[in-house]
Amino acid sequence: MADQATFRIWRGDNGGGKFVDYKTEISSGMVVLDAVHSIQQTQANDIAVRWNCKAGKCGSCSAEINGKPRLMCMTRLNTLDLTQPVTVEPMKAFPHVKDLVTDVSWNYRVKMKIAPFKPRKPDAADGSWRVQQADVDRPQEFRKCIECFLCQDVCHVLRDHGLHEEFIGPRFLIYTAQLEMNPIDSGDRRKALKDELGIGYCNITKCCTKVCPEEIKITDNAIIPLKERVVDVFFDPIARLFGSGK
Amino acid sequence: MAEFPVHEYDVLVIGAGGAGLRAAIEASAAGCKTAVITKSLLGKAHTVMAEGGMAASMGNVDDRDNWKVHFADTMRGGQYLNNCRMAELHAKEAPARVYELEAWGAIFDRTKDGRILQRNFGGHRYPRLAHVGDRTGLEMIRTLQDHGIHQGIDVYAEHTVLTLLMDGNRCTGAFGYDRERGRFKVFPAKAVVLATGGVGRAFKVTSNSWEYTADGQALAYNAGAALLDMEFVQFHPTGMVWPPSVKGILVTEGVRGEGGVLRNKEGKRFMFDDIPENYRSSTADNEEEGWRYTQGDKSARRPPELLTRDHVARCINREVKAGRGSPHGGVFLDIAWIKEKLPNSVEHIKKKLPSMYHQFKQLADLDITKEPMEVGPTTHYIMGGIQVDGDSQMTSVAGLFAAGECAAGLHGANRLGGNSLSDLLVFGKRAGEYAAKFSKENGAGKLDQGQVDAAAKAALAPFERGAAGENPFAVQNELQDVMQGLVGIVRIESEMQQALAKIDALRARAARAGITGNIEYNTGWHTALDLDNMLEISEMIAMAAIERKESRGGHFRDDYPDKHAEWGECNLRIRKGADGQPKLERVPVVPLTEELKQVIEENK
Repeated sequence: MADQATFRIWRGDNGGGKFVDYKTEISSGMVVLDAVHSIQQTQANDIAVRWNCKAGKCGSCSAEINGKPRLMCMTRLNTLDLTQPVTVEPMKAFPHVKDLVTDVSWNYRVKMKIAPFKPRKPDAADGSWRVQQADVDRPQEFRKCIECFLCQDVCHVLRDHGLHEEFIGPRFLIYTAQLEMNPIDSGDRRKALKDELGIGYCNITKCCTKVCPEEIKITDNAIIPLKERVVDVFFDPIARLFGSGK
Repeated sequence: MAEFPVHEYDVLVIGAGGAGLRAAIEASAAGCKTAVITKSLLGKAHTVMAEGGMAASMGNVDDRDNWKVHFADTMRGGQYLNNCRMAELHAKEAPARVYELEAWGAIFDRTKDGRILQRNFGGHRYPRLAHVGDRTGLEMIRTLQDHGIHQGIDVYAEHTVLTLLMDGNRCTGAFGYDRERGRFKVFPAKAVVLATGGVGRAFKVTSNSWEYTADGQALAYNAGAALLDMEFVQFHPTGMVWPPSVKGILVTEGVRGEGGVLRNKEGKRFMFDDIPENYRSSTADNEEEGWRYTQGDKSARRPPELLTRDHVARCINREVKAGRGSPHGGVFLDIAWIKEKLPNSVEHIKKKLPSMYHQFKQLADLDITKEPMEVGPTTHYIMGGIQVDGDSQMTSVAGLFAAGECAAGLHGANRLGGNSLSDLLVFGKRAGEYAAKFSKENGAGKLDQGQVDAAAKAALAPFERGAAGENPFAVQNELQDVMQGLVGIVRIESEMQQALAKIDALRARAARAGITGNIEYNTGWHTALDLDNMLEISEMIAMAAIERKESRGGHFRDDYPDKHAEWGECNLRIRKGADGQPKLERVPVVPLTEELKQVIEENK
């Protein structure tokens, strides 16, 4: 590995910006976030970047590295071509704030639109439930989500078409899926999925699954089963034929 | 006089980890207008990094467990410097707090009969940690977050509090800034809850993120509250040591709970060599028995790898210093060996420890199902903090409450793994409940605009010094070197005296910190403003560590390697003196009631 590498970092605020090249020393095992920190500590104290855990568990340091949505803390330099400058840009599907930081508050507002967890009656006198592991494996997969919002960033419905008001995006489809598949929950969000949450906009290109740092099978395990559930209730052709469709 | 936006609340919670969110939920449920201020985005606090689980004696896996055993384990682990009232409340209330999370949407791993599964952990007699693989903290914070957002709590994400506002000895709110835009804001409140976490950022090798800069401890101290047990810092025995960029990142104790073992470079399980007297009867004396314990054999005793964290960390330190360490200055932690015992070990490890598998694979090119990890101690947690009333969590300042890591008392000289997440829930709830009660019983306090203006002026000073000032990151890095090297896992008076002198010099430099750029999302500025808290509290850690001339729990003195009975009778308390300097004094530990004495006796 070369001893130095160049990082081409987007600098500026929502009024505009440009790429600035920074050279910094690199060492074995480094990740992109280390390089950004090193630049911040020695060359550009005021560079704006979010981070927390530095271990892929909090989902704060999302950015686009050489054009791909990734966590900076989990992108090893030895996986990148360091003979070329490494570009580091903020996520594109959200309003820009400064440098590598974007305004992700839309995501927090979207979650409010989804009917919250509503437990069914407990199974035991002490107020607890009896649930088999096999029945929670699937919702647990979705609860691994660290809310990095990379899946939202890459989703063309949001990124290219800007349908933020009509479509909740992959993050919140798996959020809804874990509620719908939680054996303790008693809510029914199928009508909302069709009418307000915009599940129909997803045309299963699976870009979200590809960028998920938690390797959650967003499309196959969450979105498609949710689509099926919605179809079962609202678009069942036989029920329609006999006039009992909703 | 400057005019800043004012946001008024009944209860203001500072910090949005487990304790802060739980406090806010409780205060809000009690009908109080409640806000949470957090330095990061919602859901990113360090609680998210907690891996192993939350300790609660539900007895789902071993029905011999109950609150008394949990209480006795906590006191033994804390070497009896704990506030016994807090340890009692914690042990009694933790199960209800866990069940409550399930009722709010958490999905824990299950037992065969469908109940919440519990796992073994260091210092806990029975399998006690409710968990979700090795990402329990994420489950907890997301559950609290998702429940809390529907409670009408206002969240100020990416805001930092600079000072508490005082009306005599009563806290009447807080003053801070919005990190994104750099705007100052005033938060008058009838009651304030501090839930800001720890001080790990003052050390070089740490599992903590940038946020843990001793904010709550320093805010409380400067408001006149007492701090307790500041010498007790926990060095978690197993952090990553290689590659350098990940040094310090946590490797969960759950690895050892699932059968992982520690070996030195000679392949020896060195933990069998040094088992403390008070744990000898409950610790396995051979490898086979230790393995059976991790697999749920109730007749087996726990392997020595699951002794308390302070002890395991020191044993690792000893192996490394004696030249028996691994190539990169740690020791080996091996879970791959269980393939000798379990035919499906690869799948088993991936299921039980998914994020560890992921973390090593991605950051260290290492497959933990095939090879041993290299691990070494990392600064993890501070047992000491703000002194609080055991029942109400109120500090010595009226209207000011504290919960979670920033408060002291529950853990004494050493915290047991798994007792932190339950601490956050039990005392977060209590802090919220009593803060709500206080806010109802006391009207709004007076606000002093002079305090606001002084804090705003001080906060803007680094801009005036500009590039000619000290680089705040450089000062922070030097402090980390000082604390790591001189007030770390093995301490000695002469080195700690040096540390005090160096901290003094760094404070002078921090006072000259300068920054460039504008006020919007300026991380250099944010760091400059964090320095004061970190330096102030680092000094107190060193002061208390010098004063306690014995070794106990997380505090190990090379010049006083033994434990002394008379030191077991007092805690060290620090308050701001009339001259503005910290004053250290010995105070007697909270006495055990007859009932609790007996509980300890019965569970010896």
